Amino acid sequence: MTLVAKNIAVERGGRVILKDVNFTLQKGQALILRGHNGIGKTTLLRSLAGLQPFVTGQVDADMDTVAYASHADGVKSQLSVWENLEFWAQTYGTDLSDDVLESFDIADLKTRRAATLSSGQKRRLGLARLAVLPSKILLLDEPTISLDAASVRLFADFITAHLAKGGSALIATHIDLGLPDVEELDLSPFVTSADAPNDGFDEAFI
Amino acid sequence: MIALLRRDLRLAIRAGGGFGLALAFFLIVVVLVPFGVGADMAVLGRVAAGVLWTGAILACLLSLDRMFALDFEDGSLELLVTSPLPTEGIVLAKAAAHWITTGLPLSLAAPVLGILLNLPPHGAVWMVISLLVGTPALSIIGAFGAALTVGIKRGGLLLSILVLPMYVPTLIFGAEVARRGSEGVALGSSLVMLCAISLLAVGLLPFAASKVLRINLK
Amino acid sequence: MSIWEYANPLKFLNWTTKVLPWVAGCAAVCVSVGLIWGFFFTPDDYRQGSTVKIIYLHVPAALMAINAWLMMLVASLIWLVRRHHVSALAAKAAAPVGVVFTLVALFTGAIWGKPMWGAYWAWDPRLTSFLILFLFYLGYMALWSAIEDADTAADLTSVLCMVGSVFALLSRYAVNFWNQGLHQGTSVPVATGERTVADVFFVPLLISMVGFGLMFLALVLLRTQTEIRKRRAAALIARETT
Repeated sequence: MTLVAKNIAVERGGRVILKDVNFTLQKGQALILRGHNGIGKTTLLRSLAGLQPFVTGQVDADMDTVAYASHADGVKSQLSVWENLEFWAQTYGTDLSDDVLESFDIADLKTRRAATLSSGQKRRLGLARLAVLPSKILLLDEPTISLDAASVRLFADFITAHLAKGGSALIATHIDLGLPDVEELDLSPFVTSADAPNDGFDEAFI
Repeated sequence: MIALLRRDLRLAIRAGGGFGLALAFFLIVVVLVPFGVGADMAVLGRVAAGVLWTGAILACLLSLDRMFALDFEDGSLELLVTSPLPTEGIVLAKAAAHWITTGLPLSLAAPVLGILLNLPPHGAVWMVISLLVGTPALSIIGAFGAALTVGIKRGGLLLSILVLPMYVPTLIFGAEVARRGSEGVALGSSLVMLCAISLLAVGLLPFAASKVLRINLK
Repeated sequence: MSIWEYANPLKFLNWTTKVLPWVAGCAAVCVSVGLIWGFFFTPDDYRQGSTVKIIYLHVPAALMAINAWLMMLVASLIWLVRRHHVSALAAKAAAPVGVVFTLVALFTGAIWGKPMWGAYWAWDPRLTSFLILFLFYLGYMALWSAIEDADTAADLTSVLCMVGSVFALLSRYAVNFWNQGLHQGTSVPVATGERTVADVFFVPLLISMVGFGLMFLALVLLRTQTEIRKRRAAALIARETT
């Protein structure tokens, strides 16, 4: 369950923003993406998830084992907490158990409509979705937004357990998750400079 | 896919007016027509098939812009597209949910509203048949239009401009089946063509719709 | 050197700037000769009188209205397959030109219809098809203008153009079916294509058609140049601000 990125370049708004990105995500490893706002963490994660094409390069990974979680939770407010998770379990063909709700501390909310949840509770529900999926490689974009310290710890526990089971995770975040021995991937060396030749789509016009 | 269909139906019912809204709109359109063209039952009987079909098409438009937009806004569309579900399957499930909440109830309500417009009883049978065969095409063409405009703020009006011209062949053949049926004339190739349009649309448009959906998520 | 080299935006600007005056000049000459010859130096038709002369505007405009859409379809396919930006921009540039031709065809048809059929509008299959084509043009242009990102807009409009073509064709067939169903056996006087046009009318008509074709080409080249320059300006600004 490794993910190997070879010389990938990604573009946003018609310009290549990151290029020659190389990294390997090993089984049982968590890799934290670092870099200032607008550097391209989200773009890189979306590209890896298959939502947008790479400009160059390739990724070796079994795409069926990759799961992506964005800033938005994808929580349906008219459905109950349980129904929200049940839908994802059915879509991925897995079983849903109460343990998942407990591990994210939303077991009491099981039958509540998601519309009545606070933003932190909603976020935990969104993250609980990841525990339902059979996916081994997690691509997470700012997973801890609007979580308090206790919830961040719950999330860190989940990631630790996930890694222990042989999974792996690529996480874009600005805070310290408190995970043991994580590696960091600083994106700043891969940023393309403004005046360097650029393969972006718009550049054909200059 | 079934799970997605079930979820969308559940959402349609809970959001209020999933089934009801399109039906109420259909009723209002049909009620307005006599006020416009006069209460002459003979005239109404002649235009009944066309009015019902036009009303059904307008009612279909109502909920189209929400088909993908709601999932797009809360992020679940991205999650769905990156799930093991094929994107074509997502489009089909969404279109099916739309059909069950609009096309199907409209088809079944049409004969009742037909009474208001002096539609003869055997005409009502053909009305239901033509709508049942034709409305799936409306839903899937609408899904294509909704996929095209999903990234656009207030894309509802644009969606209508894009989708309505594409409804022309379905409307022509559908209304023709209903009209000929109620007048007791031979159907000709109209019913065959209506079936062909529906089948082709359901068979091919999901591919185009899934392509545009992925472009819009880029 | 492959022919696709000319599709590079800058190369395209260079060679079209050289060609454009000639195309525009030929178009002006052909259109003037065709129209003046047609209006003033052809005899009146024994049946339709001088009203027949609107044919020199109506037929070329109708022809180009359809050809413009076909050109957009080909350009869209080239964009989707080979990702040449100029191709997508040419399709975008052609749409407003095509829509004006469609409007000219519709209006001249209506003006011609008044003395011929006694009404400005009849739901004749051809006229109806043009009206539907007009609606497709509107939708296509509306989609272009609604999307911010240029490449996304090009992708979406290309797919719309392809799917729209299928439905426009289907509508053409459906309209034929529908109209026959209403007035069976009525003769349709507008069917110019099938009518044998006498040589005295035909030669100026041919010149006028060539002229309209060249006019379309000139307008599309000019508008494509403008679109390229617009994209170029946007790309330069994007580079400055990053």
